[in-house]
Amino acid sequence: MSSIAPPSTTELAAPTGSGPARRFDFNLRASGIYLAFAAIVVIFDIMTHGLLLTPENVSNLIVQNSYILVLAIGMILVIIAGHIDLSAGSVVAVTGAIAAVLMVNHHMSWPLALLITLIAGAAIGAFQGYWVAYFGLPAFIVTLAGMLVFRALTMTVLGNQGIGPFPNQVRTLSTGFLGSVLGNVGLGSLGGADLFTLVIGVLAVLAAVAGQWRARAAKLRYGQQVESVGLFAGKMALMAVVVLGVVVQLARYKNLPWVLVLLTVLVLGYSLVASRTVFGRHIYAIGGNAQAAVLSGVKVKKVTFWIFVNMGVLAAIAGVIFAGRLNQAGPTAGTNFELDAIAAAFIGGAAVTGGVGKVVGAITGGLIMGVINNGMSLLGEPSERVMLVKGLILLAAVAFDVWAKRRAGTAR
Amino acid sequence: MNSSAERFLGRAVAGDGRADDVILRMAGITKTFPGVKALQDVNLDVKRGQIHAICGENGAGKSTLMKVLSGVYPHGSYEGDITFEGETCEFGGIRDSEARGIVIIHQELALSPHLSIAENIFLGNERVRRGLIDWHRTNAEAAELLARVGLKENPTARVSDLGVGKQQLVEIAKALSKKVRLLILDEPTAALNDDDSEHLLDLLRGLQAEGVTCVIISHKLNEIESVSDAVTILRDGQTIETLDFHTQQVTQDRIITGMVGRDLEHRYPEHTPTIGEEVLRIEDWTVFSPTQRGRKVVDGANLTLRRGEITGLAGLMGAGRTELAMSVFGRSYGVDISGRLVKDGKEIRVRSVDDAIAHGIGYATEDRKRYGLNLIEDIKRNISAAALPKLAKAGLVDPREEYKVADGYRAEMNIKAPAVTAVAGKLSGGNQQKVVLSKWMFADPDVLILDEPTRGIDVGAKFEIYTIVNRLADAGKAVLVISSELPELLGICDRVYAMSAGRITGVLERAEATPERLMTLMTTESLMDTEVTAEEILTTPEPTPQSEPEALADALVEHDGAHGRPDSDNDPQQNPDQKKDQ
Repeated sequence: MSSIAPPSTTELAAPTGSGPARRFDFNLRASGIYLAFAAIVVIFDIMTHGLLLTPENVSNLIVQNSYILVLAIGMILVIIAGHIDLSAGSVVAVTGAIAAVLMVNHHMSWPLALLITLIAGAAIGAFQGYWVAYFGLPAFIVTLAGMLVFRALTMTVLGNQGIGPFPNQVRTLSTGFLGSVLGNVGLGSLGGADLFTLVIGVLAVLAAVAGQWRARAAKLRYGQQVESVGLFAGKMALMAVVVLGVVVQLARYKNLPWVLVLLTVLVLGYSLVASRTVFGRHIYAIGGNAQAAVLSGVKVKKVTFWIFVNMGVLAAIAGVIFAGRLNQAGPTAGTNFELDAIAAAFIGGAAVTGGVGKVVGAITGGLIMGVINNGMSLLGEPSERVMLVKGLILLAAVAFDVWAKRRAGTAR
Repeated sequence: MNSSAERFLGRAVAGDGRADDVILRMAGITKTFPGVKALQDVNLDVKRGQIHAICGENGAGKSTLMKVLSGVYPHGSYEGDITFEGETCEFGGIRDSEARGIVIIHQELALSPHLSIAENIFLGNERVRRGLIDWHRTNAEAAELLARVGLKENPTARVSDLGVGKQQLVEIAKALSKKVRLLILDEPTAALNDDDSEHLLDLLRGLQAEGVTCVIISHKLNEIESVSDAVTILRDGQTIETLDFHTQQVTQDRIITGMVGRDLEHRYPEHTPTIGEEVLRIEDWTVFSPTQRGRKVVDGANLTLRRGEITGLAGLMGAGRTELAMSVFGRSYGVDISGRLVKDGKEIRVRSVDDAIAHGIGYATEDRKRYGLNLIEDIKRNISAAALPKLAKAGLVDPREEYKVADGYRAEMNIKAPAVTAVAGKLSGGNQQKVVLSKWMFADPDVLILDEPTRGIDVGAKFEIYTIVNRLADAGKAVLVISSELPELLGICDRVYAMSAGRITGVLERAEATPERLMTLMTTESLMDTEVTAEEILTTPEPTPQSEPEALADALVEHDGAHGRPDSDNDPQQNPDQKKDQ
């Protein structure tokens, strides 16, 4: 088509924030969370005299927080769509209880029991999703009711007592490690480490760098702005150091925990869903402006419904991991997990109004809280002080986000 | 409460013939919004004890002028002088103007629905004794005020339980509680049915007898004729003339001429249409209000859209234009929708927006910030929003292709932004509109409905939008343009439908369309009144001898209720949009 010759250029210049100062602000906002995470890790490692980053503790950190991180993945999608899920902790409990009853009381084979548990989680999500999406109730109310209802069901199913122990396979999933495939290798002063784990780590870093480089090259080809080569290299080097550092510590301890493998798959998969699939993009569209989404042909009800189904499934996964870790499904399992997951999402940069957030951000937010938990207990701090610090961190993180947005003058 | 002093004054005014003195003088008022001059050197003299009407097209500046007067736009944000009761006024806000007895009742009523009538009347002005609300006094005084406005309701009744007409009376009672000397009413009867309107006009006459001066903004020329002493006509933010009903013969035609009479110059690009076969036919389309059961918002509308043709849809606020368009667009408005949609000769069923898009129908909203854009998202994601699957390979959206597509539209549509990664919310109105148009061009519908495509954007950007509309038609699309600006419709459309009170009241070919003829069709409430001959009316709903003001009223209520108002009334960026809503 032909181009337009405007009769005048009186159109007001759009303030689009292309100045260098503004871009810096934006980057600070986007990457502030990662810098904060790094700072927190360094501070606690120094305060604990290196205890935080010992091989065993790094492994523990991941295993201890895995279920919250799984919940945070589902929660960030719910929050991006502009909703909330207060029932996640209770759903963790009830799905753990279902798994326990099936596996322990009914001696059902663990894969079948696991499948049924996941389906139960999906059904719970569908139930809540129906009320939110199709009936039009606020998610806050629906899931607040769900929080009570599913806690009550947990107690009913369990008869108010813990059920265990779980089959070994389930325990392996939550607390076990990959077997040694290639044997050990010496790392000089660091001692022996599992070679397979190291290989996986190096491959992962290479794949990530290659992927980022390709994305950068493609952006350049389309004339998009990219960061300078130096900045890019710096970021990649930092990423490599962090990933390899974690991997080396894990290799020195036992091996890769199974839950880390599961988490990695979930994080990569859901990042792709959120950023690249039509479904994921519709979630952002709904959270950003639901009415505009409707008028753009987005099936808002359907998408909302499936977000809650997904949340239910992820809560069921978390429920099985948590029950497996304790080797018992208890009536109080998962208490306050939803609050940790919600805090993780908001610390990780989600907006209360919806439309903004990243899976990786929520994971980072979850890890920040995990490190604070772990680090402070290593320091022998009482739990009330841990809670105090977590609360203040949440407040500070969201306040910073709001402040940065206001300063950038975002139109909203 | 009206004090006895005011009552006395009222009698005095009526008695000793001081009615000639000017109570309010606004001189040389100029109000500029970024990019738009909303008011330019406007003068208004209102005489004591009179009912003074202000009329003009949508966007002429009526509401802006009243907002200047009532302090919504504080002193310093405009140029010019306001003199009230002989004193110069510099209002910093509504409280200042109310302290002087100037009270404005906005078109969108400002009542709190869950509070009682009495609570609403004294909201912000509570009757208090020793720090606590004095309920006896509150309700007793409210009852007195209700009696004055002739509303037979218990003061403790909840406002949400009242109809719009009664709510309007509560607003007036609230104004009276503030010892009003000058009452400004913005489209007070637009949402009312005949009886309620008549009652309201009687009430205004009663207030006039008590010495309250009224300024009334209205589209209803017959009401202006029956109730007012003088009328000031605004056009394009300027005072055109003030007509005095006592000293000269003022007809509705005379007012219409004043409202529309402007030159068309070269505001519109030249365009020779290539009109093809029929693409979409809307038959006997009837839509009911989703919130008020049983009220027709669109009544038996028939429209035909043809390939390569730009069709206009004219109508005043509340005529049902947007409601018609949105109900066709996947039933995104209204309930109990009946009628047929015939696309390319075949009847189609459109149950949802994605059905509509799949059938090649697109709709660009009149309120782009609220319904058209995801303001926190970037340009490219907004452009791809209505046709995302087009960019997906194996279920994954290709971000590079998305960038390429968006960047193509940026160049083609002349969207002024450094990159398509710029956030949509930061663009100017014209550029935002281009993003919305790009979105629909990418979705590539056969029928594109553009609702107020140039609302709130400046002249230069308007020309660009018109050029784009022409190009869409040249590309073989059927374009339906809804606009409140008659010159715009006459300037770009090949054919214009007029709508009034939910009905299509006529259709004019470009050659035979004049602003006066269109305005007549738009303000007519039944076909019997039109001067348009049968040949000119291609698609005619059943002529009805009775006028249907109720439908108009309901349509307007719906319009406000369903679509809301731009939520940033106080946001100066938004105000160019706002002023079109008068």
